[in-house]
Amino acid sequence: MKPGRRIFGTGFVFITQASAFLIIGLVIFIFLTIIHGGWNTLSLEFIFSSPKNGMTEGGIFPAIAGTFMLVFIMTILGVPVGTITAVFLCEYVKKSSPVAKIIRFAVNTLAGIPSIVFGLFGLGFFIQFVGRNMDKVLSPPGELIWGQPSLIWAGLTMALLTLPTVIIVVEEAITSVPREWREASLALGATKWETIIRVVLPNSITGILTGTILAVSRGAGEVAPILFTGVAYFLPYIPTRVTDQFMQLGYHIYVMATQSTNVEKTLGIQYATTLVLLLLTFILNFIAIIIRYQLRKKRIA
Amino acid sequence: MKFFKKANFRLNEFLAEKAIAAIATTSLVFIFLILIFVFRESIPLVLGYAMEEDNKLSLTALFSNNWIPVSNHPQFGIWPLIIGSIKVTAISLIIAFPIAVLAALYTATLASKRTKEIVKPVIEILAGFPSVVIGFFALMVLATFFQNVFNLRFRLNAFTGGVALSLAVIPIIYTVTEEALNTLPKTMTEASLALGATRWETSLYVLLPAATQGIFAAFLLGLGRSFGETMIVLMATGNAALSSTNIFESVRTMSAAIGAEMAEVVFGDAHYNVLFFIGVLLFIFSFTLNAIAEFFLKQRMMKKFQGGA
Repeated sequence: MKPGRRIFGTGFVFITQASAFLIIGLVIFIFLTIIHGGWNTLSLEFIFSSPKNGMTEGGIFPAIAGTFMLVFIMTILGVPVGTITAVFLCEYVKKSSPVAKIIRFAVNTLAGIPSIVFGLFGLGFFIQFVGRNMDKVLSPPGELIWGQPSLIWAGLTMALLTLPTVIIVVEEAITSVPREWREASLALGATKWETIIRVVLPNSITGILTGTILAVSRGAGEVAPILFTGVAYFLPYIPTRVTDQFMQLGYHIYVMATQSTNVEKTLGIQYATTLVLLLLTFILNFIAIIIRYQLRKKRIA
Repeated sequence: MKFFKKANFRLNEFLAEKAIAAIATTSLVFIFLILIFVFRESIPLVLGYAMEEDNKLSLTALFSNNWIPVSNHPQFGIWPLIIGSIKVTAISLIIAFPIAVLAALYTATLASKRTKEIVKPVIEILAGFPSVVIGFFALMVLATFFQNVFNLRFRLNAFTGGVALSLAVIPIIYTVTEEALNTLPKTMTEASLALGATRWETSLYVLLPAATQGIFAAFLLGLGRSFGETMIVLMATGNAALSSTNIFESVRTMSAAIGAEMAEVVFGDAHYNVLFFIGVLLFIFSFTLNAIAEFFLKQRMMKKFQGGA
């Protein structure tokens, strides 16, 4: 091999390597920056107290509580639908059937729609259409209870946004259940439904869990879909009904960093809030990644 | 009796199957609902009648150069927003695409198994970073850094936004490219090595060209994500709706306009309709990109990508 060519080869390998490590370096750098900026402010009191003095002091408890409530509503609405869709795609239709293809295309499309469009949809459909019409029937005349931004509509919007994640991860888990187990169950006289309930789903439980965790992590971090479907700038109380508005960690970071009256003074709070959100999503993702690697190893073995 | 019991039994099975099938169509139903309801709120604009009364906003005015939504004589030219989106997206892809593809090439074809097991999870972690965290990082760290380095007048500009956005796009392009390289048959590598090619020659001249379709799909998916991303651009681009070609000036993207202004508009007025119309454009754009990308991607890869993102 000519020396020039060898140098070119070494250079090429070096560039690819450098690109990979540049990404890793950036991830570490972002982590360190956020930890460095927020560590001193972060404390148990910060987590468990409310903002004070026009959000320039105090903690972020309402934002944490709001985030959890939102994610909870999202999960109980979205995960069952996602799981059932995955069951349908894996157990009831052939992979190549037109129905399966259409639904898969819909799921992929849903995954590609920008999150802000989900926000618009939440406003246009859930609030303006469903909510307003519910008010016409259920609420005293002239009162708006359902037809305004609230937890339930934000939760539904978020459930829709995270639906593809759940479907795809659960599907992966269901396909990893050995075919022989299904055949054994059917041969023993169990019906298809019984086989799914007693054999397929119990053995896919880690997958369902992983899908849920990934959805939760995504749901905890997304801000765009809830901007006008329920999040509030500041609330002195924790929401108690599904028709209440709520505070959320990501949105809290956004308003504190861009619309706060005193950005300099609240810098510590901003970093600490970002740190809380980052750690929350990091831990969730980390667990999900580990479970999935185990799952894949098992499937290959 | 036995016959009835059995019939009943089958009925349950039948109902279960139908119920499951019905629920499984949720995604499909909502795709249509999204299209209908986002479109519905922009209809007055599309038909033009809401405009003629208050603002004389015609189609030419819609694509004009002035986005001044809040004033006594509001103007809704979405051209600056389109330029803004294109500018920021282009910058982010110019940065993210080479880095992500090269990194994928490294882990899929050159790196040792051990290195691979470190790099891949870290990039998955980056994929899990909430966009508001990346936006915050850009606002606090990147903006100051670039201002000092390039001696800029505006702290927040298209360039800063684009760089921040590339952080969100890298994991997507990386994951899909990596998958595309991994799905290539092992025999390809073996044949190339057996013919006397070195590892890097195999990687650059055999595997990379073979994965072109997958890499193209990765590009499209990255483009879609970049174009629709809201929080990062909202925080890092400065949000001034200027239509200049200077990358160091503030921009307002289409998504950022919706995110920033929707909360303050009056329900049902022209501004509200225009923002929904921008949403329709974003929807159509992402839908088209996704359809093309899917055409180029094998289903298996698509699945992995979305599960991991």
